[in-house]
Amino acid sequence: MADAAVEALTTFALLVAGGLLTGLVFALVALGLTLVYGVMDVVNFAHGEFLMLAMYATLGLALLGIGPLVGLPLVAAALFLFGIVVYRIFIRRLLAGPPEATVFGTFGLLVLIQGAAQALFSSDYLSVPNRPLQGTLHLGPIALAQSALVEGAGALVLTALVFAFVEYTETGRAMRAVAEDRVAATLMGINVQRINALAFGIGAACVGAAGALLMLSYPVYPTVGSQFALTAFVVVALGGFGSIQGALVAALLVGLLEVLGGFYLSPELKMVPVYLAYLVVVLLRPQGLLGRR
Amino acid sequence: MSKPSIRLALALGVAFAVAPSATTRAADPADIVIGSVLPLTGPSAQTGAGLKAAQQLAADLVNGHVSYPLPAVGHDGIPSLGHAHIKLVFADSQGKPDQARAAAEELITQDHAVALIGAYISSTTATASQVAERYGIPFLNPDSSAPSLTARGLKWFFRTTPNDAMFAQNFYDFLADLKKTKKVAVHKVAVVNEDGLFGTGSGDAEESIGKSSGYDVAARIAYPATTTEVNAEVEKIKSAAPDILMMSSYLPDALLFMRGLKDQGVAVQGIFAQDAGFIDPGFIKTEGDDAEGIMTREVFSLEIKQRNQSVPLIDQLFRARFGGKPLDGNTARDFTGVLVLADALDRAHSTDPAAIRDALVKTNIPGSRTLLPWKSIHFDATGQNDGGAGIIEQIQGGKYVTVWPFDVAVKPVVWPMPPWKH
Repeated sequence: MADAAVEALTTFALLVAGGLLTGLVFALVALGLTLVYGVMDVVNFAHGEFLMLAMYATLGLALLGIGPLVGLPLVAAALFLFGIVVYRIFIRRLLAGPPEATVFGTFGLLVLIQGAAQALFSSDYLSVPNRPLQGTLHLGPIALAQSALVEGAGALVLTALVFAFVEYTETGRAMRAVAEDRVAATLMGINVQRINALAFGIGAACVGAAGALLMLSYPVYPTVGSQFALTAFVVVALGGFGSIQGALVAALLVGLLEVLGGFYLSPELKMVPVYLAYLVVVLLRPQGLLGRR
Repeated sequence: MSKPSIRLALALGVAFAVAPSATTRAADPADIVIGSVLPLTGPSAQTGAGLKAAQQLAADLVNGHVSYPLPAVGHDGIPSLGHAHIKLVFADSQGKPDQARAAAEELITQDHAVALIGAYISSTTATASQVAERYGIPFLNPDSSAPSLTARGLKWFFRTTPNDAMFAQNFYDFLADLKKTKKVAVHKVAVVNEDGLFGTGSGDAEESIGKSSGYDVAARIAYPATTTEVNAEVEKIKSAAPDILMMSSYLPDALLFMRGLKDQGVAVQGIFAQDAGFIDPGFIKTEGDDAEGIMTREVFSLEIKQRNQSVPLIDQLFRARFGGKPLDGNTARDFTGVLVLADALDRAHSTDPAAIRDALVKTNIPGSRTLLPWKSIHFDATGQNDGGAGIIEQIQGGKYVTVWPFDVAVKPVVWPMPPWKH
């Protein structure tokens, strides 16, 4: 009897650990999305495609002998530049139009990037050769994948970095000012275009880092972005659009609900508790868990 | 060779494959149009190009003069119809059900096809064949394995390939053979599948055949194919403590499961996969040593002891047309599908769809006259070829080798599969 109780508890602890680590990966993917929304009210529907591009970039570096972890800063930097370019030649123009323009515009970008990836890379599933960190870490009866631990730790560090940047630097303060009131920020002498471009670049860099880390455990293919983007949208809405801490809390919640729901309910229904929680929050607290207004 | 140049080479191969045959004769009977629905663009375009080349090769052999130990080839067309040639007209499904429906419609109404063949992806086969049913045109499906396709009560639908339920039966036949030759004890089975059309169909069959064969199906785990983690699924497998696992997964989820099973130290005697993710070239490449001992069902292999001596010849012809790529399970089945239609046309003595259907119903081709490891081609009341069977392959030394049926096997099976290496 006691053995059964210990076993049930171990299983529960294992599921919680798995759920939290899963949640951290979701947080990492959602981070850029919520940052961009917070600063310029743009929901970037092509966010998942940025992730996909980052994963292909990571793969490309790996084929040149640069592993995902060493390649991570390079991929993040490349995505940062890509984000700035996309903002300068594309998003900036959309912002000048009606509010729907950014919705349709970024959705068009999704179709374009996905189609281009399919034409260039074919629809094959590709993995990094000799994936590092494929071992298992044993904490007593609990076994965790090293890759998941590194992904989780990376997500925490990056989230903390972005949070600190936005909270404590001059540029971060300017970003918050733009988020608060664009017109007032302009009157205060803040270059809104520059801040927007920077926020878009940082958002892309975050998803770039996420892509590099994900290649530790996931293959890349042209539609891989949508697999993660849907969860990222739920996380952002649940946590509160534009809230970095909110995204982290919501992502952990989503990870836990998915894994625990999958085990105690049924794997087929594992997303049901996630969407239920989303529904409840939207009804009772439309601004999200940690959202303002 | 870089990716684009490979694709160029493929495109050229296809271009050669569809080039009209050199002999055009005056005062000949009109060509017989067979419509083919295939995914020629979209995610499955590369597979589609191979299927198209294989079908065209079969049609050219039917229209040609060289004979092989295969049905309907080498008679300069269809003898009973004044040696009329068959002409394949291809329409693109893009891998999408609604597009497949439109393609079938076009082939029947614009191109006046007397029969259709296709369409590889099960969901596109479902819609395209419904159109054929409405128009009363025979639809031959050589390559879709969802069991539900032949459970729709269609009158004009014929499937030559074994379906996933028959492959599931093969797994249990293999286990029975294994119990006879080695003293293995397998009682508990866990069935794991993605919850789409493919996974559900094969999972249902694995569960029901397992139960009726006296096995304890200790867990049935269906999961969403788009999932990005399988923590709960692996825990469920672990707590069921099965002797063997039967899995229907795509590549990303197959990799997640391998990872999770290894991390949690879930030890089983064998893992049986319904191909898909487990035969993706990325699977062995990514898993390396961890993939050793995994078994999958397959429909064809160039390496087994062939029952038909034309297999290497057809393989050579196919390679010459398709950028040096070997004949595989998909292309061999589509090649055979065209021959089955040609055989029926000859026996029908008519291009009337109803006469072709009647001839298809009476099809009886011995397995030794096909490229495939089948007993025969003969359709049951649902239109399913009841003489089909698969083979079982196992990853040994980093590649798949045939281990069952024992009489055509290339290597003996390794049982139980090796434990996880940490």
